[in-house]
Amino acid sequence: MATATATITAEREHYLNTDYGIRSWLLTTDHKRIALLYLALITVFFFIGGFFALLIRLELLTPAGDLVQADTYNKLFSMHGQVMIFFFLIPSIPAVLGNFLVPMMVGAKDLAFPRINLLSWYLLVLSAGIMLYCIITGGVDTGWTFYTPFSTAFSNTHVIEAGVSIFIAGFSSILTGLNFVVTIHRMRAPGLTWSRLPLFIWSIYATSIIQLLGTPVLAITLLLVVFERAFGLGIFDPARGGDPLLFQHLFWFYSHPAVYIMILPSMGVVSEIIPCFSRKRVFGYSAVALASIAIAVFGFLVWAHHMFVAGISLYSAMIFSMLSYSVAVPSAIKVFNWTATMYKGSIRFSTPMLYAMGFIGLFTIGGLTGLFLAALGIDVHVTDTYFVVAHFHYIMVGGAVMGYLGGLHFWWPKISGRLYPEWLGKFAALTVFLGFNLTFFPQFILGYLGMPRRYWQYPPEFQVLNVLSTAGSTILAVGYVLPMIYFLWSMRYGKIADPNPWGAAGLEWKTQSPPPTSNFDETPEVTWEAYNYDEIPAPEEVPVG
Amino acid sequence: MPEHIISSKLYIGIWATLMCLTVITASVAFIDLGPLNTVVALVIATLKALLVVLFFMHVKYTSEKLTKMVIVAAIFWLLILLFLSLADYSTRGVIHAGMS
Amino acid sequence: MADTPLMTEHEEGLQHQFVDMEQQRNAASLGMWLFLATEIMFFGGMFLAYLVYRYWYYPEFAAGSRSIDIVLGTVNTAVLICSSLTVALGVKAAQLGKRKTLVTLLLITILLGLAFLAIKGIEWYDKFEEHHVPGRSFSAQDLIEKYPQIHIDPAPTQIYFSLYFAMTGLHALHMIIGVGIFAFLTYHAWKGRYTPEYHTPIEIGGLYWHFVDIVWIYLFPLLYLIDRKPLK
Repeated sequence: MATATATITAEREHYLNTDYGIRSWLLTTDHKRIALLYLALITVFFFIGGFFALLIRLELLTPAGDLVQADTYNKLFSMHGQVMIFFFLIPSIPAVLGNFLVPMMVGAKDLAFPRINLLSWYLLVLSAGIMLYCIITGGVDTGWTFYTPFSTAFSNTHVIEAGVSIFIAGFSSILTGLNFVVTIHRMRAPGLTWSRLPLFIWSIYATSIIQLLGTPVLAITLLLVVFERAFGLGIFDPARGGDPLLFQHLFWFYSHPAVYIMILPSMGVVSEIIPCFSRKRVFGYSAVALASIAIAVFGFLVWAHHMFVAGISLYSAMIFSMLSYSVAVPSAIKVFNWTATMYKGSIRFSTPMLYAMGFIGLFTIGGLTGLFLAALGIDVHVTDTYFVVAHFHYIMVGGAVMGYLGGLHFWWPKISGRLYPEWLGKFAALTVFLGFNLTFFPQFILGYLGMPRRYWQYPPEFQVLNVLSTAGSTILAVGYVLPMIYFLWSMRYGKIADPNPWGAAGLEWKTQSPPPTSNFDETPEVTWEAYNYDEIPAPEEVPVG
Repeated sequence: MPEHIISSKLYIGIWATLMCLTVITASVAFIDLGPLNTVVALVIATLKALLVVLFFMHVKYTSEKLTKMVIVAAIFWLLILLFLSLADYSTRGVIHAGMS
Repeated sequence: MADTPLMTEHEEGLQHQFVDMEQQRNAASLGMWLFLATEIMFFGGMFLAYLVYRYWYYPEFAAGSRSIDIVLGTVNTAVLICSSLTVALGVKAAQLGKRKTLVTLLLITILLGLAFLAIKGIEWYDKFEEHHVPGRSFSAQDLIEKYPQIHIDPAPTQIYFSLYFAMTGLHALHMIIGVGIFAFLTYHAWKGRYTPEYHTPIEIGGLYWHFVDIVWIYLFPLLYLIDRKPLK
């Protein structure tokens, strides 16, 4: 049981204390250590991206462009987007929680290709270094979307460096996905059939398919942009007969499925948290599992809804609009099934559960507003306004980031062997929730009223809502900083955690906290269905750290 | 993984077929078949690719269904990229009654 | 500490995360096939660009296609097909434990790959001489004069050549990487590392090489054979 705090040196050997020194970390092939390496890297970039966001919100406190120049503002939102998407959201759950948990959840000792896993991290480090260089030397002002011909022929910023950086980051992502697919197919423990897998694994699997099939198209697209800028090729140059929309088709073919890379793992986390804190099996396991695959597949069929007003044919716009409606269905199925799981469950409002419930609400709002945007008539009015900005932040931040934080809290005892302080966890979760809504709900209204995105000044009638939004962002920032502080604190001073403080189902909870390097003392053999909460007793006392 | 070892004769036969198809495709290009030129060229290319995949890459002899699924999925995804994009390109500037 | 309930002898070359050699082999094979799937999508982006612009600028693509050397292109296709044969025979040699045969076949494969790259280099040089490299020194004037029957617009002709260089360039890069991989394989084969029980790197290296061959099998007609009909 949890005993008093900290100075207990673990007599037991586990993955954290098995070897010391920087070489043992930088040359590790242990998926759990690599997960922590990723955690460190993406946390740094989360705060860099957040810093850009704060500058944006500061500028938007007043209608006039008085904090930074227009060109600088263009760079701020471009770098905010690039950093947050490629160096935080895309890796986040797969590279941190996925790397840590996938082998354990399938009962394996490590991923299929541990050295390639380490290579993935180094590729992201290299790419991050190039991106930092790009930022320090002035960044790019093209938007994270790099539209041509501005990015290829007219922008005077470091497009080539940014393109090369993201190209390399793309391969980090591809290799991670490859590792997961092979591991899940080939290394499941005896008795662990597909229908007994945790839904987190199904989500990671679906995510990996997207990473494998979509990212290469981004890679070639950015490469062509770099070639055009560097060698004068004319593929996207209208003066030579090039079509700017070709770039957009190629770009969005990846970048739309990319948003599912960012949300599916969070959905997987929610699928783990909800049954645990409702003490119930997931309602409609098969539906949720197949919905993940459906999202991955359908997500590839809708990309041109980002191009409705760009000049695509009306006929294709109608097709993409219809397809975009269809992709909402599997997401909705998940929301219904999570809710049904909670119904008549024995609910416990621990911090992970607060994040998961917040996810369901905010993702639903974000998702429904996506349907607004999928309607051609509405899209014409709200495209390139703050309505779009609010929509995707509800999903990416209200959804994906909350899922990520919920997952970090849920698995923190397993990762660190310590409990975080529960009351602080709850406080931070509520702060995040309130701060988030105050930041982004006004933006729906702003967008609907016509405030364009990517503008550094705006008409005075929009100021009140902008001030509310900026105020919210400062609260949100506090909510994000708190977990960083108390997680670090808990590694030294937190209460020692049980192997299974939440009474959760899943193979990862059957091993020690923190786990030994080879995960299990003996290869598990699975004879039970997933989420067998009718058989697992709830913990007698709430873990409070 | 094929424990099945394929005869060298079969490999050489496949090689010879590929060489012949290469000569054929290059030669046919000089004959005017109108739009069929492209079709013939792509059909021959696909035939060659199939021979390489099935025999040189052992896909005909593998018991792994997953391998075949991966190949089919990749081709299918490429076709999604090509065809859905064409849905835009082939209908631009097309004027229907009531829309322009 | 026991790995599994059944104690297996530690097999030579078995990595610790795998239960047995068969699992390791299957994982490596699946990994390579998935990687090839990503490569299909990687090249696929350029195939979309090609498709769109050939549809828009057929005359310019036809003229551009006529300007590249069909003999060299056909020879290069043949070179790659021969190299796929040597690779396939090499895998067989590995399966049968014939070390010397394997090394020889791997070396021939590398030579054929280098021959392909040399011929490609000649072709690129020709394009440079003829001012068909996109950019400031590009000129389609020679094509306009040579093919008056084809109505050529000089500006989009650059797009054909942009795609030509991008597609053959990326393919050549993959060839270079392939040659590097095979050099690595040849060294280890010579050292006797591959046996009938363990020759997975040869198999998956072979898969990669065949894939690069297949990309060229499509590039050849798409770039070289667009329009070779005799002009009136």
